[in-house]
Amino acid sequence: MPTVDLRAEPLRALNRALHALRPDTNETRWTVVNPDGRHAIAAGLDAPIHVEIDGNAGYYCAGMNKQATVVIGGNAGVGVAENMMSGVVHVRGDASQSAGATAQGGLLLIDGNAGARCGISMKGVDILVKGSIGHMSAFMAQAGTLTVLGDAGEALGDSLYEARLYIRGAVTSLGADCVEKPMGDAHREQLFAKLKEAGLAGEVDPGEFRRYGSARSLYHFHVDNAGAY
Amino acid sequence: MAETPPRTVPRTSATFTPEVMAEIRRAAATGIYDIRGAGAKRALPHLDDLLFLGASISRYPLEGYRERCGTEVVLGDRFASKPIRLKTPVTIAGMSFGSLSANAKEALGRGASLAGTSTTTGDGGMTPEERGHSQTLVYQYLPSRYGMNPDDLRRADAIEMVIGQGAKPGGGGMLLGQKITERVAGMRCLPPGIDQRSACRHPDWTGPDDLAIKLEELREITDWEKPIYVKVGASRPYYDTALAAKSGADVVVLDGMQGGTAATQDVFIEHVGIPTLAAIRPAVQALQDLGLHRKVQLVVSGGIRSGADVAKVLALGADAVAIGTAALIALGDNDPRWEAEYAALGTTAGAYDDWHEGKDPAGITTQDPELARRLDPVLGGRRLANFLAVMTLEAQTIARACGKSHLHNLEPEDLVALTIEAAAMAQVPLAGTDWIPGKAGL
Repeated sequence: MPTVDLRAEPLRALNRALHALRPDTNETRWTVVNPDGRHAIAAGLDAPIHVEIDGNAGYYCAGMNKQATVVIGGNAGVGVAENMMSGVVHVRGDASQSAGATAQGGLLLIDGNAGARCGISMKGVDILVKGSIGHMSAFMAQAGTLTVLGDAGEALGDSLYEARLYIRGAVTSLGADCVEKPMGDAHREQLFAKLKEAGLAGEVDPGEFRRYGSARSLYHFHVDNAGAY
Repeated sequence: MAETPPRTVPRTSATFTPEVMAEIRRAAATGIYDIRGAGAKRALPHLDDLLFLGASISRYPLEGYRERCGTEVVLGDRFASKPIRLKTPVTIAGMSFGSLSANAKEALGRGASLAGTSTTTGDGGMTPEERGHSQTLVYQYLPSRYGMNPDDLRRADAIEMVIGQGAKPGGGGMLLGQKITERVAGMRCLPPGIDQRSACRHPDWTGPDDLAIKLEELREITDWEKPIYVKVGASRPYYDTALAAKSGADVVVLDGMQGGTAATQDVFIEHVGIPTLAAIRPAVQALQDLGLHRKVQLVVSGGIRSGADVAKVLALGADAVAIGTAALIALGDNDPRWEAEYAALGTTAGAYDDWHEGKDPAGITTQDPELARRLDPVLGGRRLANFLAVMTLEAQTIARACGKSHLHNLEPEDLVALTIEAAAMAQVPLAGTDWIPGKAGL
């Protein structure tokens, strides 16, 4: 089980070593110590491995992740798991802005709060935030789910496409074309599945959530809607 | 018999031209601004306003058909372990599958590969056809991140961080629903048939400090192998070039307002940004001030049409050029052979710019399978390769006449300007004088 000390090893060497792993590698569990907020830690992974980061990570930790499970013991900087394709990224602390931006798959689990623009332009990822999320979250979100146990800031889901937003707490305001939608059985099932995936089955009642989605009124530009933007 | 008194000749306004009045009527009838493709169409100070001073007694030329004049260029050797090596400094600018047909993208790849140069993806990701037919492919990293994935990032030969384009610096894009077919929608993770908006800002970084960190992430993901370009629309070229270089770019791509777009507002195209001619010297100056000229390469685009344009841009200090609109014309865009169909669309060959509507008679800016079939990608690629060869030969002809054994040896000193505006923008003397407007002591 390799342990890499980022005070002793350059980041470039760590990422190169992780990129060089074959899909059938036996080196499946890695620990990174003294991350000290370095940027792009464990970015671009593409192997079914588990990477534990013992501390705080800077920008773009686990960016473009595929297959790997990356656990950040502390807080994560801007763009954690940006453009993730698959795998799991788990932030035990808080996450900064643009968490899960444009991510296409996998699960981003944030135990604390997430800053502004959480899930911006998300394209299929499942994001679950146990705390609250900041303003302009799910801006232009295209696909996937954003589940929030706490509150959401201003302009949630502005210019939303087909992503589904499940919020348990208060929403300060909705963005353009984002509306509350009825929670049907299929949605409750989906929400339960996401909660279960995050290890929260039985702990959190899906009935406490409200669902938000796109009114789809801005899908085709029309001059009468110009004031909505 | 009484004489008819002289009458005033009917006089049209230079301010309210027929085009202006037609646009006012169109706006009044529809309530929506005009959207179109291509770049600025208004007359602008341009490279035609510059001339080369051929060699004579004070300089001696190279023999046109016998003495070597190099054209090769290396892009991205500042930080990347695998820089791009091209046979000609004329590259193909970023154009998306979605705005262009798959056949058109394939033709661009074929033509560029035959000529030994690179082609570039656009918003919407990389298609297998494009990768397969492009020997050297630059993968654009755009705010929308449509189709962005790490596999294609590693399959690319270089990465281009797109911050803006000359037709609309500060603007995003819109691909109208009629071009969002199942395939295009699938690549962009959107429902088919809806208008697709491309954002004007990146979702996970703002400003030069963040940009440096973002570029570092892309380098880490690709193990520091790929050259990273940063593309900006020309508006404040000195500062944007300096900030791109400071952020760690290997290459800066500078696109003037004549550079084309798939679709945006006409008012944006014609009124935002600066001409290519005005942008080059400040960008070169920025690199020189940083001691990075020729270390960070400068690629200039926006209205490059001929080998003369190539030679002039290189003489002003750039390392390479990129062509977009000219490449589409080489493939067959706006060809008079389709005049009847252009007329049916209410336009004429040479003026067709409703590329966003997807009805292109030439089968280039469309996703309609019937229209797209009109472009043979093999023949189109050959035509583009021919055009690229001509541009390169023309540039060599001029360079030899100026006594240069490589296109990169051309200098501002080889140029004069025909107009005061061009002299001021290009910072070369007005022809027949030693006067550079704005320069004291001459």
